[in-house]
Amino acid sequence: MSSDQISREETLHIAHLARLAITDEEAALYASQLSAVLAHARDIGALDIAGVEPTMHAVSMRNVLREDVISRSLDRDEVLASAPSSEAGMFVVPRIAGEG
Amino acid sequence: MSLEDKYLITVGLEVHCELRTATKLFCGCANAFGSPPNTNVCPVCLGLPGALPVLNRQAVEYAIAIGLSLNCDIRRSVFARKNYFYPDMPKDFQISQYDEPICVEGFLALPVAGKRVGIVRAHIEEDTGKTTHVGNSGRIHGSDFSLVDYNRSGIPLVEIVSEPDMESAEEAREYVSELRAILVATGATDGKMEEGSMRVDANVSVRLKGTDELGTRCEIKNLNSLRSLGRAIQYEAQRQMELVEEGGRVHQETRHWNEDDGLTSSLRSKEEANDYRYFPEPDLVPLEPSLEMVESVRRSLPVLPPARRAVLAELAGGRPSRSELEQIGTCITLELDDYVISATAAGVPFKLALSRTANELAALVGTAEAVAAGSFVEVLKAEDSGRLSATQAKAVMSRLAEKGGSVEEAISALGFVGLSDSEVAALVERVTGENPDEWGRYLAGENQLAGFFIGAAMKASGGKVNGRIFSALLAGKREVAQH
Amino acid sequence: MAIVDMSAREMAAAVRSRELSALEIVDAHLAEIDAHDHEVRAFLLVLGDEARRRASQIDAAIARGEEVGPLAGVPVAVKDNMALRGVETTCASRILAGWRPPYTATVLERIEAAGAVVIGKTNLDEFAMGSSTENSGFFATRNPVDTSRVPGGSSGGSAAAVAARFAPLALGSDTGGSIRQPASLCGVVGAKPTYGLVSRYGLIAFASSLDQIGPFARNVEDAAALLSVIAAHDAKDSTSLGAGFDASEIATGVRGMRIGVVEEMLDGVSPGVSSVLDSAIASLVEAGATVERVSVPAARFGLSAYYLIAPAEASSNLARFDGVRFGLRVEGEDITETYLRTRASGFGAEVKRRIMLGTYALSAGYYDALYGKAQQVRTLIARDFAAAYERFDALISPTSPTVAFRFGERSDPLSMYMSDVCTIPSNLAGHPGISVPFGAAEEGMPAGVQVLAPALGEATMFKVAMALEAAAAKQTVPAWRSAAAS
Ligand SMILES: [Mg+2]
Ligand SMILES: [Zn+2]
Repeated sequence: MSSDQISREETLHIAHLARLAITDEEAALYASQLSAVLAHARDIGALDIAGVEPTMHAVSMRNVLREDVISRSLDRDEVLASAPSSEAGMFVVPRIAGEG
Repeated sequence: MSLEDKYLITVGLEVHCELRTATKLFCGCANAFGSPPNTNVCPVCLGLPGALPVLNRQAVEYAIAIGLSLNCDIRRSVFARKNYFYPDMPKDFQISQYDEPICVEGFLALPVAGKRVGIVRAHIEEDTGKTTHVGNSGRIHGSDFSLVDYNRSGIPLVEIVSEPDMESAEEAREYVSELRAILVATGATDGKMEEGSMRVDANVSVRLKGTDELGTRCEIKNLNSLRSLGRAIQYEAQRQMELVEEGGRVHQETRHWNEDDGLTSSLRSKEEANDYRYFPEPDLVPLEPSLEMVESVRRSLPVLPPARRAVLAELAGGRPSRSELEQIGTCITLELDDYVISATAAGVPFKLALSRTANELAALVGTAEAVAAGSFVEVLKAEDSGRLSATQAKAVMSRLAEKGGSVEEAISALGFVGLSDSEVAALVERVTGENPDEWGRYLAGENQLAGFFIGAAMKASGGKVNGRIFSALLAGKREVAQH
Repeated sequence: MAIVDMSAREMAAAVRSRELSALEIVDAHLAEIDAHDHEVRAFLLVLGDEARRRASQIDAAIARGEEVGPLAGVPVAVKDNMALRGVETTCASRILAGWRPPYTATVLERIEAAGAVVIGKTNLDEFAMGSSTENSGFFATRNPVDTSRVPGGSSGGSAAAVAARFAPLALGSDTGGSIRQPASLCGVVGAKPTYGLVSRYGLIAFASSLDQIGPFARNVEDAAALLSVIAAHDAKDSTSLGAGFDASEIATGVRGMRIGVVEEMLDGVSPGVSSVLDSAIASLVEAGATVERVSVPAARFGLSAYYLIAPAEASSNLARFDGVRFGLRVEGEDITETYLRTRASGFGAEVKRRIMLGTYALSAGYYDALYGKAQQVRTLIARDFAAAYERFDALISPTSPTVAFRFGERSDPLSMYMSDVCTIPSNLAGHPGISVPFGAAEEGMPAGVQVLAPALGEATMFKVAMALEAAAAKQTVPAWRSAAAS
């Protein structure tokens, strides 16, 4: 582990990566709570387990494949009914920065 | 000293190609181009909560076919999540192969440039949806917005990453065109750049000749034709050379190629450093193609362009010239190599067969199927024997492509039925008699005047005279006169 | 016996023999919900009309002599993180409020095909992140045994619904103990199957490599019956095993069985829970099993590994809640602002905390030391369990170190996380586990005994559970019943 204490800046950076707007107060709170959890996780940081294969999965299956056969798609009206905003059969999103 | 003499250009390419499966990579929605927006979507490719991916077997087989045709090793592979937020990506992560791709360490030979380009890897991933930017339109706050269509979301792609082994825009173009020919031949993709089924990103850098270390590279996006690819690389290399020349530094960045302005511009300068937080996709299990699967794909592969090219090169005597290589390339790309092979087998000289195929027949592509290989061979034999002039042979081909029918019908319909030998002999008498001065000079040894007489005979016969027979009879007359 | 006190199998039998109609059964439960759910608040949504309509269909089918399935007319409460087409599905999050999925989860298709009636969607900790159901984005659920206490979580609503007799069966999901811990705290049976035995298609993911749907019931055989309906291969889930589960052979007893008590799961256990475990051990010995202590050393690292792996996967799984295709949108200047605001106002504090933790654990520079290492710990845990299963047929432990705590008693996240210390290791290993109520511990609150078995060892696990159930003290009852009795 790099260090026990996560800085406020680091917390803000993580929050932005995760697209969570957080207030200064929240940043301080999360910084300390995350630090506490990571400090607790230090026990495994100290384990010498070099060479142990990671287990990504409890199942050991391989090559789960499906045949290339078309199945029914959803009804567009039903899909768009859940959308916060739609137009002309498409989802409407606010301006994408860096485009246009 | 020009900049090109002073600097070395280095190009590496990343090519995304859409696979021609019936369905998407992880769901049963149709992989179709041009459907009404958001009609080929389901919980999986819309990234709805609770939906799970299941891998398409055909996509895997196509990826293996691509790997084999690029001389790659086929490996155990693992899908990973590449995490970043973007509205065309429904899950806000892309499922892609990261540190364990299915195909590694291959190469692609560039016949004209005469070199091999290394293939680092080819991996399977899913495509994103499509956003359409809508400008200021008087909506709320008059702000801009975008429209998203997820029909393309989840369409299977194979991304092919080359080593930075190319040294010019020309080589990059040759790489893409050869790659496209191979991929199309495998059946894995339709290779239609204009429909976006093949998309190219180019990494371009420059460095002073004599230095080993590669320069800082820029990645150019949005190259959707061979023409754009060539122009963009040319422009970008020039920009970098000028920048370095002026004492500036190239910044590693992603740049966008603007076809209309003919220049690249910085795309993501303000974006945070990429931190995609890759980790193995827990909703999928590892892919370990069995030997049987790989071998069965290998057996199903057709003869691929490099092998087909070798056949033509062999006919060219083993060492084709550069222009022959280019013509061979055209024949391969347009899948016209069988014409060259049949004509040569029928006794037509290789150079004639190659040139007529790569030029005339290639120009008729689309209608060329109407020219049966048998008819094509017949026309070339008539040309080779002198029965048809080159111009006539070309006209016959065009007519066959347009109207069909037999070669003989085309020849007579075009009025190319040649004059008989005695009619040609009469014509020799006529044009030499009408032009005594020239005849005298020709007799005296001005051989080039033969052309003058052929021209006159053509004119007199309305183009029906066979130049070769006329020349032979003309030369015979001179021989008689000189003795 | 009152309808709501019958077992699920008794209800189904009564419906099939037309002693009771499915509609009568559904109505009896709707009446119970009506009378008491204001005290418990187990449900986010009660599907009264739909359930009655469905019950009538089943009755009609029976009248026509049609085959109606093993759960005919049995009400099932469903944790609100499973998609049901056209019915609001929220994960107890404001970010999903109002969302009506256009498709149905495989498990719900299976229980409906078996004749079950979905009676409502139950409350949970938002996105299944929590151990008390206090983290619901809407309201907290109360423990029916003592409504001043939490029901546990995250499947607190489902556990409470079964304990309160609002339904004889419920479905929950268990990522780190989210079925077993609330089962223990509410005094009901709750099982987490082997990873891959039950389809996850339609289960809104928390941590994909750990999540598993499982049954709640008031008795072991009912739980097994529900599991046998939902355990099946599903082509829509790539991690679905080819196996099913046959409930017919679980009542054969534990004579000659070797059972290990996991030492690492005895730390920090309250005296009441400890004595519950002791009497459970004694009853197993009495029934003819050999019981010994066993060490599963790597289990000590389970909690740490879990709090890296689960948040990491969650941070990615929860990225899609972005205000574009469904759910809440809080519009900003541009798309990035919109993401930031939507997610900030749609997610609750615990969800944000775990997204932050997971994002950190995956981010450049920390992957190997955090996420990567946690996955290695998983290998160690699986190895140590495998070694234990060479000597023992099944393992037991307390389900939760304590009985249900009072609201607000555990405000610090770490102390809350400790609730799952006994349940987490089997999620990491992918093994099955069940919590069986074994009478009361502190202040008359129920405590469960956890039975663990190797992968696909459900039959063994249920046998031990049956033996425990046979020896257990009388079940605890909802508060309104004990109040009425005293
Ligand atoms: Mg890519
Ligand atoms: Zn789809």
